Amino acid sequence: MASTTIPANQAPVEPKLNYLNNGHTIKSWLLTTDHKRIAMLYLVSVSAFFFLGGFFAMLIRLELLTPEGDLLAADTYNKVFTMHGIVMVFFFLVPVVPAILGNFLVPLMVGAKDLAFPRINLLSWYLYVIGGILFLHCMLNGGVDTGWTFYTPYSTSASNTNVVEAGLAIFIAGFSSIFTGLNFIVTVHRMRAPGLTWDRLPLFVWANYATSVVMILGTPVIAITMVLVIAERTLHLGIFDPRLGGDPVLFQHLFWFYSHPAVYIMILPSMGVISELIACFSRKRVFGYKFVALSSVAIAVFGFLVWAHHLFVAGISLYSAMVFSFLSFVVGVPSAVKVFNWTATLYKGSVSFATPMLYAFGFIGLFTIGGLTGLILATIGIDVHVTDTYFVVAHFHYVMVGGVLMGYLGGLHFWWPKITGRMYPEHWAKLSALFVFVGFNLTFFPQFILGYVGMPRRYWQYPPEFQVLNVLSTAGASVLAVGYLLPMIYLLWSLKYGPLAGDNPWGAAGLEWQTSSPPPTFNFDETPVVTWEAYNYEDIPAPKELEAPVVT
Amino acid sequence: MAFQVDALYIYLLLVSGIMTALIFLAVAFLAIKYRRVPGREAHPIEGSTFLEISWSVLPFFVMLTFFVWGTVLFFEERTPPENATEVYVVAKQWMWKIEHMEGQREINELHVPTGENIKLIMTSQDVIHSFFIPAFRVKQDVLPGRYTTLWFKATVPGRYHLFCAEYCGTNHSGMGGDIVVMDPQDYAQWMAGGPALPLQDSGRLLFDHFGCAACHRADTQGRGPSLAGLYNKPVMLEDGRTVVADENYIRESILDPTAKIVKGFKPTMAPFQGIVTDDQLNALVAYVKSLGQAPATGTAGLQDQSAPSPEQTQKMRVQ
Repeated sequence: MASTTIPANQAPVEPKLNYLNNGHTIKSWLLTTDHKRIAMLYLVSVSAFFFLGGFFAMLIRLELLTPEGDLLAADTYNKVFTMHGIVMVFFFLVPVVPAILGNFLVPLMVGAKDLAFPRINLLSWYLYVIGGILFLHCMLNGGVDTGWTFYTPYSTSASNTNVVEAGLAIFIAGFSSIFTGLNFIVTVHRMRAPGLTWDRLPLFVWANYATSVVMILGTPVIAITMVLVIAERTLHLGIFDPRLGGDPVLFQHLFWFYSHPAVYIMILPSMGVISELIACFSRKRVFGYKFVALSSVAIAVFGFLVWAHHLFVAGISLYSAMVFSFLSFVVGVPSAVKVFNWTATLYKGSVSFATPMLYAFGFIGLFTIGGLTGLILATIGIDVHVTDTYFVVAHFHYVMVGGVLMGYLGGLHFWWPKITGRMYPEHWAKLSALFVFVGFNLTFFPQFILGYVGMPRRYWQYPPEFQVLNVLSTAGASVLAVGYLLPMIYLLWSLKYGPLAGDNPWGAAGLEWQTSSPPPTFNFDETPVVTWEAYNYEDIPAPKELEAPVVT
Repeated sequence: MAFQVDALYIYLLLVSGIMTALIFLAVAFLAIKYRRVPGREAHPIEGSTFLEISWSVLPFFVMLTFFVWGTVLFFEERTPPENATEVYVVAKQWMWKIEHMEGQREINELHVPTGENIKLIMTSQDVIHSFFIPAFRVKQDVLPGRYTTLWFKATVPGRYHLFCAEYCGTNHSGMGGDIVVMDPQDYAQWMAGGPALPLQDSGRLLFDHFGCAACHRADTQGRGPSLAGLYNKPVMLEDGRTVVADENYIRESILDPTAKIVKGFKPTMAPFQGIVTDDQLNALVAYVKSLGQAPATGTAGLQDQSAPSPEQTQKMRVQ
């Protein structure tokens, strides 16, 4: 069993000056241009939104415990699921991995002192916060009830809630994504350390690079769409509402042109995390490195060509449905390739069951189910029945929560010693990983069945025959909540009481492990020169404490 | 249809189940077999182009079976049979209004006989709704400003859930009702239960009321194009395009006549947007469609009908 104690003979010491103790004033944080400090600002603000979104999730699950709408009023329920969606999608899932882990790690992994545009990086955090505060203001002023999808003409002509403010908040937060993407692209192109060629880049960097391309191409479309919604709502320009001469389905095309690729903005960076974890805890180069790297690019490209699979019953023609169904299967291929390669990486490896690896296994399991149910949804003859039901809800939670959050939590545990210089308590971490996995499946698996037997999504009350499955789901959500709260507690605890981690507690490859933990403000004392391929685990000794007990 | 959807679904579940099991077993087996033990090192392996191509191409072929089967089924689901009985549906926050061709109206209930193909011609008065009957595995969004259609054939008498599946505001989850499937005799009895004016007759009354026949004469001499035999026929437009005169075309030509000008005619008709209600529009469309069934020689098709009785006119106004 793995243990977190560090043998006395290599007792690590905290580096004297690092990015965390280089300035203690609030101003030194709020005006920092250090990518690592900005990552920490994101960590705090994104986590706050995660727990806010989680609070809304619990309200939803509690309301659905009984068939009658008895806990919340119908309008309140509609606002709660809308705000759950907006908070989780725009203020948690999109920024979580790129803006926290990506911000911290991309410069370290490419051997750079910082991102290419440190001030723009800080600006992107401020835009996120301004968007977030605007949305909080919108919530406190009565909220919004359109669903996170803002379908017209409901959002433009029928809803009497704060649609304009919510749209504006998303518009502003969108620029935060665009700037992050821009920064990553320029950094990866221009600031790689000498010798760090494209085919030596860590797969996490590849994944963030592909994500960045989607961010800067896709996000402007949602920003424009929000402006159009606001224009129709306030100026009564006929864009989407047929009574004003507009086309309601046009909105869905524009919305999903961003929001489908946005799913890849969310999942790709987590896939990058998983590649790093599987390599480190198998002590092997990722199987088929080039295919895994290029599959990220393929997902980014094909991800732009499948948006109308959200519209199969919305009134598009039979033939366009057919084309988008086909393309949706095509985008399944690179995702499957990643799963197969991760599995193959275990072969002849030296596999450890440390917490980050448990999350990686969890990711593979949940993403496999999420991906395969995606194929079921891409099958148009079936989609007609299951679209807009809990089947879809279950599917995208498997991908976006099962996938993204597993990747994020795995990555957060893996790089926690690098970020803070401290180890987390391994036993608690394993326990919480178990809670997350079991709780997640108990919450969302029943929803697949619920959807197929016909429960539509966004229902405040439902026929009594659906109750058993809903009770299971709510029970699962309670377990899941414990699984998410535990890390917050023990990670905070570890900041003060966790054992010092040392520069490379996992014996991991990658430039980020060659500097001290926590890293100094400018990352490396001297610019590293790379003469090796990525994941050169055969050159790095495995740490003793991660070895499994010998089975006798 | 439900059986066919379930058959495909079971196939998809089987394939997905096998894939999931294979991946889970592979991960578990490899992780345990190659777990970290002292003295055993990992063997670096670069990869295998052969494997990469195999596990890209083979799953894709499996997916193609999903695609082909799913698409064939989808085309069947979405193409109403020629002989289907038509029913008009108007959705609004938060109710379903049903209009049978016989003139019967219901709210949040749809009575249908077993064994008959039913085609719903649906529109919304406000936001997007979605007509969903889980037991029949059918669903179609209902949009404002245009018609969408959905068809099904019920086989077993009983009451089935009708849900709105597209979020539409406060009482979205209450916007449901029942599909009441009856034996044909029971259905005939139910249908005979109330005095009603057939939908196309309401349409004819409106047609006369608005003086449409002044221009849309049955012969070719009118200022507007003849409507006899129009439905589902190709129409040549002034701008060179040819469109099929389906429900949406007829609807649009009433509300916004200048949107598509028939070749050889001038844009002289006034728009009826805001003048006719959705219910009246449905009646007019049903009437124009009924002209399609008039005999080719029936020049009198438009004007020969007997004048409406006072009661009927009264009824029309109430509607």
